[in-house]
Formats: sequence, structure tokens, C-alpha cells
Amino acid sequence: MSDSEVILQQRVVDAGNKKQQLAIIGGMTKDFYGRAVVGETLDIKNHQGIVDYDPTELVLTAKAGTPMVEVNRLLEENNQMLGFEPPYFGKNATLGGTIACGLSGPARPFRGSVRDFVLGVKILTGSGHVLKFGGRVMKNVAGFDVSRLMVGAMGTLGVILEVSIKVLPKPASQITISIHQPNVNLAIQEMNRLHGKPWPISAMSWYQDRVWIRLSGTDVGVTNAYQHIGGDLEEAGDQFWEDSREQSLPFFRDESPLLRVSCKAGVPGFDFQNSALDQDKSINEALIEWAGGVRWFKQSEAREANFPERLQEKAKELKGHMMWFRGGNRQGEVFMPLPSAVLTIQKNLKRAFDPQGILNVGRLYASF
Amino acid sequence: MNVNTLIELMGAILPKECIITDKNSLRVYECDGLSAYRQIPLMVVLPGSTEQVQSIMRLCNEHAVPIVSRGGGTSLSGGALPHKDGIVLSLAKMNKVLEIDERSLIARVQPGMRNLAISEAVKPYGLYYAPDPSSQIACTIGGNVAENAGGVHCLKYGLTIHNVVSVQVVSSDGELMELGGSGFESPGLDLLALMVGSEGMLGIVTEVTVKLLPIPEVAKVLMGVFDSVEKAGNSVAVIITSGIIPAGIEMMDNLAIRAAEGFVQAGYPVNAAAVLLCELDGVQEEVDYQLSQVSKILHECGAVETRVARDEKERALFWSGRKAAFPAVGRISPDYYCIDGTIPRKFLGKVLSEINGLSESYGLRVANVFHAGDGNLHPLILYDANIPGELEKTEELGSRILQLCIQVGGTITGEHGVGIEKIGEMCIQFTDEEREHFHLIRECFDPKRILNPGKAIPTLARCAEHNLMHVHNGELPFPELERF
Repeated sequence: MSDSEVILQQRVVDAGNKKQQLAIIGGMTKDFYGRAVVGETLDIKNHQGIVDYDPTELVLTAKAGTPMVEVNRLLEENNQMLGFEPPYFGKNATLGGTIACGLSGPARPFRGSVRDFVLGVKILTGSGHVLKFGGRVMKNVAGFDVSRLMVGAMGTLGVILEVSIKVLPKPASQITISIHQPNVNLAIQEMNRLHGKPWPISAMSWYQDRVWIRLSGTDVGVTNAYQHIGGDLEEAGDQFWEDSREQSLPFFRDESPLLRVSCKAGVPGFDFQNSALDQDKSINEALIEWAGGVRWFKQSEAREANFPERLQEKAKELKGHMMWFRGGNRQGEVFMPLPSAVLTIQKNLKRAFDPQGILNVGRLYASF
Repeated sequence: MNVNTLIELMGAILPKECIITDKNSLRVYECDGLSAYRQIPLMVVLPGSTEQVQSIMRLCNEHAVPIVSRGGGTSLSGGALPHKDGIVLSLAKMNKVLEIDERSLIARVQPGMRNLAISEAVKPYGLYYAPDPSSQIACTIGGNVAENAGGVHCLKYGLTIHNVVSVQVVSSDGELMELGGSGFESPGLDLLALMVGSEGMLGIVTEVTVKLLPIPEVAKVLMGVFDSVEKAGNSVAVIITSGIIPAGIEMMDNLAIRAAEGFVQAGYPVNAAAVLLCELDGVQEEVDYQLSQVSKILHECGAVETRVARDEKERALFWSGRKAAFPAVGRISPDYYCIDGTIPRKFLGKVLSEINGLSESYGLRVANVFHAGDGNLHPLILYDANIPGELEKTEELGSRILQLCIQVGGTITGEHGVGIEKIGEMCIQFTDEEREHFHLIRECFDPKRILNPGKAIPTLARCAEHNLMHVHNGELPFPELERF
């Protein structure tokens, strides 16, 4: 066990003895996400470093506090990348925070999510046990998949100490094209249609009346797909995807709360026009990501106060998921309420991994 | 609980023909693909609806009756081995497609639907379901979820966990839950990740929503022939780091090649030390380009010969040998025992030569077929169950091979599951605290432990016994190991 690991373990054990709640932090870049947590700070930043990386295995293992810029630099040097394309939301982002928040970038529908790439974890439970699950190999079905359970758990089940992730070779060629399409429903249909084609599409969004498509693969594969799809070649395409991932597109710039709905990619544009809100042209989706699977909304001042509730109803009807991504009341619930049977299991799991209830209590839901 | 009372209570839930209690019919369910273990259950029930599954669960939970769920019964680790005091819940009757959403690229199906039948059902839309375990004609999607099944194509397209969007589950007390979301994510803790690969211990899956992929325009397979297993193994790493992710890369050693060739006449070179099958898929131009690249790499890595299947017929022929490797080995030996470990690819050569050494010292032949791209080994130990003591010797050799996998940083099971078979090795791969947490997880879902009891996670007592057996000179095996 490394020194920094021993220190973290001791902190957790002491906190458990005192029943002192802890707020786990890394680079503080995703502090805005999830519910507000009260507790003594447990900083994992000093627990950093690459543990193992062999490019031929396509597996990287690093300590949780390792900065994402360092992970990325190392992968770049070997012409590899993270398939899930996570947002950093700031240069101090850590690997541990990235895994704990479980946020994936534009490539998600095509290459997979954060959890899809996690192979193994080492965690520190609320009782101070250091446990390892999963491993450093691609296929592993020994025991329950606790490593993937940690993704998106936001530190409620344990402090992530170390993670092994699958990495991918970088594509030889990449271009972005865009197609003019002001009609949201036709844009979604077009994205669904393209998604069903065997072409090397690695990202697809609808923004400012255009369908944006990124193609990544071999030169011939990309060229071939471009010939089929057509559209305008976007010189600054990579920048568009980066801005979209890091939320620096003009749409994200104002400070009003940001709402996000995840739903089936084929669901037509949310039509709120029959309401009193139909005066507000920006009521419906302004940005659609993930080939239709994610719809972004702003709760601007002009909007009725009950719009988020209506949006949540809509998401529920679609068996989707609505969240307050940024802003709003972080003391209230920010994720969709869970059905009682599911909530009970989640609370039980919290107790199993953190019996004293000291780790990031309430970060996901008020009740655990 | 009295069997007759249980039959009577079950009769209020299910029609008579869906309850099996006579000895002869029960025998059909006495084992799964791991036929060395057999057990006749108290009864077998075949519900036809989610509501019926809920009622069965409520009944069994109330009376603490063990339940073993069963799909196609193809498990190679004894996952569906019945419990002597329990019932087998077969999902075979729940085998329909419920919804195909070609726009969102998903299909909602019942758990008893066969893996291959899903791809057949969505073929008219130009789509398919990617994970393709070798048993895909017979295995069910529910079983695939329970085992997190893989297959030849999971190198590029992932395992079951990567291809299932959500599942509907009946909990141990009969509650209905939806885990996962209709889109690309769901709120709260990722219970779907726990459910996939949970070997029937966390709930009964009654609906599965799978991700569909567009059928590739073209798929081609290339055979590389090698005079050494190490060279073949190394070429896999070179292909992958070159930036090409083939749809699948499979490897067979000489004994497996000869067995397969004798069985299906696929045109394999019987004198080769190893054969590599590499499938590439995508659009025509891309596949052609990658074929030439892979061919070049294989030659640079010392391939004696490379051959591209000329047409679809020959491609099927190339694959037929690999896919029939197990029955082919069955022809050259009265019995065989299939092992399923995964190792970092770089240790392929080392592990294979150590397996050869073990094979010699045990006096048992071992044929090797494996998913080389993932480092997932399937050594097949050839033995004769009629020779007293040979099965025990075989199991011991199997266990030594799995310990070897752990030793190089791998795992005791890549895709077949722990079941009853590798329960002892779980004691080596995980610490007491880690196993204790598996038990705690299980209790969150099934406090009475009625779901598939005795499988997948050994009790502390069992491990104490197991480790006692494997302690030599007062030392645990491989004390220096990181148990990853």
C-alpha cells in the first residue's frame, strides 16, 4: 500500500470512529454536479500516478488522483485515447472524479460509456477496507461487477483509489461534416437513420439548425462514408466536439440552470407548443446530443417556474431520465426520483459499503 | 416445506402442464452444460408471464424455497445446476419479441428468446444483436444476461454488459423493477451493471432491452498459419496496437487444429503449431484495406502462410472449425473439460508453455482454443471419466491452470461464469473482505438467499476448507500475488 493510500485509509477509519461525514474531492471540476454534500474534505489529489500502462494491452491503470491531462498526454504519446471521451470541465480534473461522476462525451452512443470501459477498481469502503474488484483484463466475470457499480456512484459507496480502464487506438482519420436541417424532428430522424448505417460515425448532434456528424476510422472508411452522407465539411469540427463536450458552446454560456433529458434516441422533439409557453420559441430542444439520446434545456428566467416539473413528467412518460445538470437548488433532489423497490436496494447497497454513512452522503439522493 | 403442499400452492399459480414433478421429466433438468454435476430438483416450473414469475417468487420467498432460474441450460459452469431442495424456474416459455424500435436501435425481448433468434428477428431492418457465444443457437438472452456472455465478436462489439440497455427484473420478494434506462443512462446507482453477470442470484430477469447494430456491409476472414504459438500470440498484440480492432481474433493450437480438421475439414494446416483466424468487418473498401494490412503484419510476425477466405462459403468453412472445436475434441477423447481463464495478452506464450508443462506432468492432453484478442483462454482437458480418479485429476489440472491465470494478473473466468465449477478458485482470487462484500450485495437483493444458493460466491467456511487443501508447507499459493 502506498503512503497516500495509508493516509486516506486512516482518515476514513478515524472519520468512521467519530461518525464524521466526509466530502470526497479531487480537482473540484465537477463540484457543480449532483447534490451538495456537507462534510470534512477528503482530498484524493495527492494519491496520484500511473500504476501500469502497456499500450499493447490497451489497458491503463492509474491512481484516482491522477490528473486527466496526464492520462491524456500519455495516451496521446502512444496514439491512443479514451473511448468514452469524458468531459474535463477544467484542467484539474482527475481520473477518480471522472469515473465517480460517470460522464461520457460525444462518442458515447458509438464507442460506449465510462462504465463500459472500466475493467477494475480498488476502493476504500466506509469501514476502511481496501477492496479490489474486476481486473486488468478485457473479460472477467468472477463475482458481481462492483467496478462498474462504482461508475456514477459519485463516491457514495467508496473512495475510488485506483482504476483500470480499457483504452483505444486513435483513428487514423477523422472529419466532421454538417447538414442543414432546421426542423428538429427531421434532424432526429436523420440522425437515427445514419446511426443505423454501418458507417464509422463517432459522434452526432443537432445544434443551430444543423446536424453535426463526426466520422472516425481508416482513410478509406471515412472517405467512403462522407461520399454517402454528403453535407459540408467542417474545418473546425474537432473544436465543435470539444466545445460541446466541455460545454463551452454559446448555448451553455449563460448562467441559467441547465436541464438534461436522456431518452430513446428515436423520440421526436419534445413538443411543448400546446402549453402557455408556446410564445417562447426556445422552449424546445436547443441542443441534441448522442444521436437523439440526450436533449438539453435551459431554465431561463423567461421560462415558467414549473417547466422542470413538466420536463420531468415528460421524461418519466418516455421512461427516460431528467436531471438538473447545473444550477438550481442543489439541496433538493437533482436526479429523477427512484421507484421505491429500486431505492430500497440502493439504500441497502449504501449501508453494505458504507455502514456508518460517512462517504459523500446525499450526493446522489437525499436519502443516502 | 412439504413437496406436496408446494405443488398444490404452485398449482394455484400455474396451469398443470407448466409444473413438472415426475422423475423422468425432471431428469431433463438435472444438469446444464457442465454435465459432471447432476441434481434432480424438487420440481420444475415454466411460467408464461411476468405476473406468474412474480407469484412464484412471492410463494418461494415466503416459504424460503431455493430457486434456480434456467434459460437454454447451456452454462458451462453449472450455473443452472438444480438445488436438491429447490425448484428450477425455466424461462423457456417466455421467448417472444415484445418490441423492435429500429429508430432507437433497440429491441425488447423476453428472457427465454434464443440469442440467435434476436438477430434473425431484426434482420429485416438491417440490424443484429452483436454478442455471439458459441452456443448462440441454443442459449437464451436471459442466460446471457446472467452470465455476461461474450463470444467471438466481443473484441470489437463488447460483452452482454455493453449491449444491454435495460432489464425488467422480478426481485426475490416478487417486486417488479426496471434497471437501466430507455436511453443511454439511468438515474442512481448502476444496478444494471450488477445484474449483468450475477448468475441468477439477484433477481429473475423477465424482459431484456438489447442494443442493435447495423449489419456490416461486408465481413472477411483471414487465416494466419504459424510454426510457433508465441509468434501467433505476439502478432495479435501487433495488429491491435496498429489501430485495427478486428471483429474477432481466434487462435487454435496444434491439437485443436487437428481435432477440428478431422471433424469438419475446414482446410486447416494440420502440421501448424498455431492458426489465427482474424475477421474484419465494415464497408468493402475499409475491409479490403485492413485485410492487406493484417496480412502484412502477420507475415512480419513470422506467419508461414496467410489465406483470405475467397467467398462467404469459405468464410463459413474457416469459422466452422473454430466453432466446432469443442465437439471436435469430443471425438478424439471420451470426455473433455473446458476451462475459461483470461490473461493479459502479453503472457499468452508464457502461459501456454506452462499449460503444456502441466499437461505433461498430469499425463492429460490439453487442446487450446481461445479468443486471442481478449486474452481469453479455453484450454480443453482431454480425459476419460470411466477411469477412476481421472475426473478429479482433470479438475485439479483445471484449477492449476486457473491459478496460473491469476498469477499473471488474469482472472478465473472470462465469460463462462463461476457457477459451481470455480467456486473454489473464488477463494484465491478474492480476499475474505471482498467475498464478504459479494454476500452483502446479494443480501441487498435477496435477504433470504433463495436465488441460486450455493453458486458463484463461496462462504467463508467453504474457503477455509478450500484453502486448507491448497496450502503447501504452511504457505498460501502465490503469496506474492496481487490478486487482480
